[in-house]
Amino acid sequence: MAHAAQVGLQDATSPIMEELVIFHDHALMIIFLICFLVLYALFLTLTTKLTNTSISDAQEMETIWTILPAIILILIALPSLRILYLTDEINDPSFTIKSIGHQWYWTYEYTDYGGLIFNSYMLPPLFLEPGDLRLLDVDNRVVLPVEAPVRMMITSQDVLHSWTVPSLGLKTDAIPGRLNQTTFTATRPGVYYGQCSEICGANHSFMPIVLELIPLKIFEMGPVFTL
Amino acid sequence: MLDVEAQEPPKGKWSTPPFDPRFPNQNQTRNCYQNFLDYHRCLKTRTRRGKSTQPCEYYFRVYHSLCPSSWVESWNEQIKNGTFAGKI
Ligand SMILES: [Cu+2]
Repeated sequence: MAHAAQVGLQDATSPIMEELVIFHDHALMIIFLICFLVLYALFLTLTTKLTNTSISDAQEMETIWTILPAIILILIALPSLRILYLTDEINDPSFTIKSIGHQWYWTYEYTDYGGLIFNSYMLPPLFLEPGDLRLLDVDNRVVLPVEAPVRMMITSQDVLHSWTVPSLGLKTDAIPGRLNQTTFTATRPGVYYGQCSEICGANHSFMPIVLELIPLKIFEMGPVFTL
Repeated sequence: MLDVEAQEPPKGKWSTPPFDPRFPNQNQTRNCYQNFLDYHRCLKTRTRRGKSTQPCEYYFRVYHSLCPSSWVESWNEQIKNGTFAGKI
């Protein structure tokens, strides 16, 4: 999950997110280089006592500063496209679950799995136990296996919502009347948090998403209900 | 109509719809709808010919896995009332 004073992205939990983190760092390095180059050039031109008398007709420089940015843009665009198409890849999923956005909670359907259907509401602040995360914990978490390709079907029953888990690199709009598909393979167990990412009304900020990822062996034992 | 219970996959066996090359996109609305239609068309033709409707089970599983249950409910309701828009 995100924590106070966090710099950068959350720790990756899926191969796609690893790619995104690497791409983020790659783009950031290019931005740093450009920033420092521009700052350095600014500093030089503002502090020098000399005056440039041949500022026009510098064809060579014109050519360089046209081609160089083009190359830099290609260096960003190609890895970006690669990840874009990797995200679209559907490797035969072993499991399908549905997530349906409502004002203002999520409903999950495990129809592959005994037809389990449940709602996931945010815990109201008055009901929090010590250690619970305010505005982030829910009453019913989505339990899913790690190291298995999972297909999420996402839709909405009323207005636009967006189902998001940053550490998995997922963000898929929930659109009424349309069924969106996204897939992921989680790499490590744990509890992962996300929040509705499409402004959907008064309680938009209060419909978080909580994923509980557990090893496949334990997942296969089936749901355990505790009170 | 087939018995719904009999069509649930056996426990511990993971069967989820495989990748369908007809629907390679993120938008899977058609995939769900088409399989719902196919199930009912399959049921209709096979009962008319007096054949077993067991092979229709595949479509049932696919749309059961993909479609939000509220969609299936409202479609079934429409079929019952004769207001379903699809051609079965
Ligand atoms: Cu929402």
